Amino acid sequence: MGRVANLYASAVGGKSRAQADTSGREAVERGTKPLLEVDGVTLQYKTKESLVTATYRVSFNVYQGDRYILLGPSGCGKSTLLKGVAGFLKPVEGDIRLNDRHIDGPGPDRMMVFQEFDQLLPWKTVRQNVLFPMKTCGKRECEDKADAVIEKVGLSKFANSYPHMLSGGMKQRVAIARAMAMEPDILLMDEPYAALDALTRRRMQDELLMLWDDIRFTVMFVTHSIQEAIIVGNRILVLSPHPGQVRAELNSDAHNRENVKDSSFADLEARINDMLFAEHAVVGAQGE
Amino acid sequence: MAVLKTSSAKTGGRTTRRAAEGIAAANEAGLEARPLITPPERPEIEGRPLDASNIGEVERPLSPWERLINISGVRRLLILVALAVAWQAYGTYVDNPLMFPTFVETMTALGTSILDGELPARALSSLYVLLIGYVIGIALAALLTSIAVSSRIGTDILSTLTSMFNPLPAIALLPLALLWFGLGIPSLVFVLVHSVLWPVSLNTHSGFLAVSETLRMAGRNYGLRGLNYVTRILVPAAFPSILSGLKIGWAFAWRTLIAAELVFGVSSSSGGIGWYIFENRNQLEIANVFAGLLAVILIGLFVESVVFRTVERHTVYKWGMQR
Repeated sequence: MGRVANLYASAVGGKSRAQADTSGREAVERGTKPLLEVDGVTLQYKTKESLVTATYRVSFNVYQGDRYILLGPSGCGKSTLLKGVAGFLKPVEGDIRLNDRHIDGPGPDRMMVFQEFDQLLPWKTVRQNVLFPMKTCGKRECEDKADAVIEKVGLSKFANSYPHMLSGGMKQRVAIARAMAMEPDILLMDEPYAALDALTRRRMQDELLMLWDDIRFTVMFVTHSIQEAIIVGNRILVLSPHPGQVRAELNSDAHNRENVKDSSFADLEARINDMLFAEHAVVGAQGE
Repeated sequence: MAVLKTSSAKTGGRTTRRAAEGIAAANEAGLEARPLITPPERPEIEGRPLDASNIGEVERPLSPWERLINISGVRRLLILVALAVAWQAYGTYVDNPLMFPTFVETMTALGTSILDGELPARALSSLYVLLIGYVIGIALAALLTSIAVSSRIGTDILSTLTSMFNPLPAIALLPLALLWFGLGIPSLVFVLVHSVLWPVSLNTHSGFLAVSETLRMAGRNYGLRGLNYVTRILVPAAFPSILSGLKIGWAFAWRTLIAAELVFGVSSSSGGIGWYIFENRNQLEIANVFAGLLAVILIGLFVESVVFRTVERHTVYKWGMQR
């Protein structure tokens, strides 16, 4: 929460929201202690016919400031895992803790950006959409914050437009702005760019990275595109399918858009590709 | 094309390769080998857009007549005028004011009734009863659908009740209502509630069910729960369905009320429009009967195309939920 607050330092008169009340919180800030701990989590959900085990004993840690990627083919439970962290789904086994607090339900400290464009409330303007979940601040303070994030995502001109007047990319920007304005402990993104065209997606990835450079928020990002994972993330959790289990946890901080053509980038891409596809020989599961 | 640049395409591209592979694959699959169609090789073309300034008419304003006819209100007015003319012509041809008064006679009767204050008073008394029944009906519908969304047994209760009572004409309950509540407003309100409750709850409930999972999750992500969640997420998200339920409920209620008034009408001091129609028929004031019917239609039109239209314009149209 503290890091995100920097964004508004100018807008709201330098009021610091970082109230390091416990030593645990301080350790998280220093990076010696994970922000989010996922510990042996098994997630199951019921369909009409059967009980599906989406993930089986998955463990990983996310530290403050991470751009943590969940990567895997469809059916590896990466979206389900994200829903577990968001609190929409209770693990049947294992524990998910955020800042040492057990997660037992959805809450605004873990704002989620969905893949679908209809996540915005159609009866509210862009500005009202960003303002809607904000309750903890005074009216003026909230409005300043909302305007600041809307400007950050470059939509100031459209602040009073309704969602149906925006393009897909703009709607996703609003969703990101709305999530950012809440200053969540962790931002959850469930394939946020999967429904966008390739050119817009590329621009959105770059914008997200620029935003991160600016505010250093913590984000968990689900994708099925290896390239997106390497460019956007600094750490990649590779999941194997049916049920989802941790296949590897890799570093990708050294790679970005500039060195896409380097051999090291290609090597990492090939390595992940082999992990996901060579041994399982799953044909056509990769969406890209 | 202003500038054309041509160059021969590279040979040995994907198409040719594919053709060779294709034949092999077809053979492997045991299919009859056919010569595969290969598109011809063509030179590449690159062009620049022409100067479009001398194309001539790119955009032309519509003529006043074209613009006028594009307004749906104008088109509807034309239809109404045509109907009035036909009515007047047929009335003049029949020439029997007792059976079929002309348009002019009806309008005169309507004008007199409005000016001497009788018809407005009757209409107001009808609308007053209607409003009571409508509001109670909506309140009950809200209660019923709230129960229905919060539990599975509630859903079953709602769907069973609506499938039982929705097809039952409200007016058929009037004899019972008269027995229970006597002559007067309570009986009318009872049948009105019956005519509003079921369509409104049916539409509201199906509207709630149609709210997308993403929107629900977004709402819960904000930490909204219980009544807050229903009023701030479900109701606005389901508003198109709720509104159409309200429109159907209104039409049912208006119909039921006029019919009920025709049957007994006199409630305490003054009857409503239905009673006005019935009275005038008894006195063979047929022009007034027509005027009463016209008033029923006009009030219906007003509510539909002014009241509901305004609500729609400020909600579902503005939000892009409906076109």
